[in-house]
Amino acid sequence: MIKLKKIIPPLVLITALITLWWTVVVQTGSVIFPTPLQVVMGALELIEDGTLWEHISSSLMRVGTGFLLAVITAIPLGLWMGRVDGAYATLNPVFQIMRPISPIAWIPLAILWFGVGNASPIFLIFIAAVFPLIVQTAAGVHTIEPRYLNAAENFGVSRYKLYRQVVIPAVLPDLIVGMRISLGVAWLVVVAAEMIALRSGLGYMIMDSRNAGNRYDLVIAGMIIIGVIGLLLDGLMRLMEGHKSVRWRYDR
Amino acid sequence: MTDKIVIKNINKSFSSGNESKAVIDGINLTIADGEFIAIVGPSGCGKSTLMKMIAGFLPPDEGSIAVDGVERKGPNANGILISQHGSVFPWLTVQQNLMFGLNDEQVDKAAVADHYADLVGLKGFEHHYPRELSGGMLKRAEIARALAVKPEILYMDEPFSALDALMSLRIRTELLRILEEERHTVILITHDVEEAVHLANRVVVLSNRPASIQTIFDVPFAHPRKLSDPALQQLRDDILRELGIEC
Repeated sequence: MIKLKKIIPPLVLITALITLWWTVVVQTGSVIFPTPLQVVMGALELIEDGTLWEHISSSLMRVGTGFLLAVITAIPLGLWMGRVDGAYATLNPVFQIMRPISPIAWIPLAILWFGVGNASPIFLIFIAAVFPLIVQTAAGVHTIEPRYLNAAENFGVSRYKLYRQVVIPAVLPDLIVGMRISLGVAWLVVVAAEMIALRSGLGYMIMDSRNAGNRYDLVIAGMIIIGVIGLLLDGLMRLMEGHKSVRWRYDR
Repeated sequence: MTDKIVIKNINKSFSSGNESKAVIDGINLTIADGEFIAIVGPSGCGKSTLMKMIAGFLPPDEGSIAVDGVERKGPNANGILISQHGSVFPWLTVQQNLMFGLNDEQVDKAAVADHYADLVGLKGFEHHYPRELSGGMLKRAEIARALAVKPEILYMDEPFSALDALMSLRIRTELLRILEEERHTVILITHDVEEAVHLANRVVVLSNRPASIQTIFDVPFAHPRKLSDPALQQLRDDILRELGIEC
């Protein structure tokens, strides 16, 4: 019942927006801008010839790889920066400078270094995802309450145990938030990253549909699919917030 | 009795901006092995700072603190601090918390943890997370976690201040029962004079900031003590008068 109450209002809004879109296209008699029906038909066409799955799986593979590389890099680095003041003081300014540079600005360098294969978009996604996660992880370590670190120090536990049972569980909620942001940004960048992709990916599909015959129905279908997959990915990350060992942070 | 902790003429000041404020001003105190010392004083007089120094979390500016004749350099598991705000890890279960300080080589850590959970009346809550416990149970979990490592000294910084009067009395009684079984040296900081005379062998009264020792009262009564005992009440009034409160 409560779930229904949460689902109905956005559903009503989405229906209203689609109706508005449809009415405006019909009223203006636009020849280029597609109606919702044309978008659905276009998407069905791609599903039937199998290219849609290819594009989706290519994009997911690139985002997945770039994001995982970012996680593997950012979490140890963030933990280290959070614990060691010298590392933070040295690295943080550099990352703060790198962070606001749009991944699109890296495209020429990506082509120079990695060519136009899969490595370039993966590199761009990595660049987009790694900095927010580093920053969030280090900030998470900095906000661990001193009383917990004092208690750990008092019991004289080993470094391994300090990380395993205090530092990591204490920052885990921040890590999950960081990973949500990071994956969101990675997915956001996929279209730009795939502008230089060879022949696959949702970003490529959008650019290609525009270039090869003004197929705006496919452009919009691609946009909607990106949005829906982004929502699903975020939902997947949010599942981690339900884990027992992090609930202490969210239940307040 | 042998001397457990010897505090010699310690001073501490904190500086904010250009100003330096003395917090602790020349405290000397010798605490015997197995003794229960309560420290009372006006609020904000530097009690917690004193405790942090004795427990090793804060070095004194001058003077020395020796435990078993060895000068204190940082905290260790021989003396566990039970802080005012509590430090039970919210991401571990009660049992995992109680096992936290135990040595990795120790066998049957879970059994040791469960024994101490039972001792403080948390039997049946071993697998609960701290957020599922009440304030009183959390405090008891923290005390059990400290006891589980068999520390020689317990440093208790207003451990019962967040509890209601009834719960505070119950935990105090439990603490005395546990101390009967396992002898610890205890330093208790409190603002509750009745709590001090209920538990301690000696009550140290601190002066206003910067804190120095104003008086030390002996509490020459055997346990179990009755709070309604006129002699105990008299002593309580004497201590309160020393703190500047007429009853």
